[in-house]
Amino acid sequence: MKLENKNPQFTKIQELVYELKVTGVMTRDLITVPPTAKMSELRTILRDNRISGTPVVKDEQLVGLISVEDLLTWLTRGGTDCPVEQVMSRKVHTLYADEPLVHAVSKLEEFGYGRLPVLDRRTGALVGLITKGDIIEGLLHELQIDYHEEEIHRYRASHFFEDMIADKITVNFHYHIHGKKIEQGGEVASDLKRSLKRLGLHPDVVRRTAIATYEAEMNVIIYAEEGRVDVNVEPDLIRIEVRDRGQGIADVGQAIEPGYSTAPDWVRELGFGAGMGLPNIKNCARDFDLASTVGRGTTLRIGIPTGGEEKRCA
Amino acid sequence: MTLAKIAEILKAEVLYGNDPGRIEIERACGSDLMSDVLCQSMQGSLLLTGLTNPQVVRTAEMSENSAICFVRGKRPPPETVDLARKNQIPLLLSNYSMYLACGKLYTAGLLSCDEA
Repeated sequence: MKLENKNPQFTKIQELVYELKVTGVMTRDLITVPPTAKMSELRTILRDNRISGTPVVKDEQLVGLISVEDLLTWLTRGGTDCPVEQVMSRKVHTLYADEPLVHAVSKLEEFGYGRLPVLDRRTGALVGLITKGDIIEGLLHELQIDYHEEEIHRYRASHFFEDMIADKITVNFHYHIHGKKIEQGGEVASDLKRSLKRLGLHPDVVRRTAIATYEAEMNVIIYAEEGRVDVNVEPDLIRIEVRDRGQGIADVGQAIEPGYSTAPDWVRELGFGAGMGLPNIKNCARDFDLASTVGRGTTLRIGIPTGGEEKRCA
Repeated sequence: MTLAKIAEILKAEVLYGNDPGRIEIERACGSDLMSDVLCQSMQGSLLLTGLTNPQVVRTAEMSENSAICFVRGKRPPPETVDLARKNQIPLLLSNYSMYLACGKLYTAGLLSCDEA
């Protein structure tokens, strides 16, 4: 989607209405009535539950909606008791649970309804009800989480790079990896991931960069005494260099073969060392270069474009 | 399917996580190999694993799994739970074996990360 509003809070909400699904904010505990319920009972149901309308359901399927307005219309026409199915609105607009919130917002707006029933796409069964209140509550809930994660960033990448005036812009991050400190494994990738998010890079790019860096970081921890990670972000490309002073790799070609591993048992017990690290890194990156000298160390250089095109590690 | 429903199916204890009823999960992957998880698991999926060290949480953080379920009743050490809390990744603990846990969830409609 195109983000033109400069107010960061507003763009965050715009993103959320696309990201969040109806199912994440809808009310699941529903009060429903069968089509055979009497209009005289309906008044009590609406009053006791303090609701202004309710879905009419038969065999889990939505057959109509009945509201206070329908009740009033019925009363003005004399109020002769009858089943709700004779009074209810049969033409009902609905949403599917897996639709993004933005669909709910626009449908509520378009038809001026207070609520919309939510159906399961597969079974067609009524699974919930969504109101404007649910949407606001859901958005606030998400925003609160984001605040907590300190992930509200003031800039999208485009803004960040657009706002800097220079012939060439490069943002650099440098990290130090302590070899053999397995308990710290992932700290560099975690810090880098958070920083790239702040820069506002595409989530898919951030994820791939984080995965590649994490695998490289684990390699340094497993095989070397220490290492460093230098990350260089330009508007269109992220370059990562991971350099260690470790034992080195005798046969680089063999090392990048999926399944080839020289990892000791303690590494395997942690869920690593199955010979998939380097192939994983290669799959996450566009450019991949591995250079190593036995006894001196290893340097890995990778490049990941920031374009945000879909490329899954597989 | 919500995380609350997943916990119910797996008869799992929620070790950490607010409001599992609001977390919607469509896919899962089960593995004790973290590189396989990094490679194959999809963003937003559930990770089932028999490992309990903090690297599992790191892996979930990088691959953006919505939640982790430890199988075979293996209770994670406090540092794993602390890291999950810091990263807001919900944790479940089930006594079911990996095969049984995956089978129950798949039967209930939770898709695998490697299918369309």
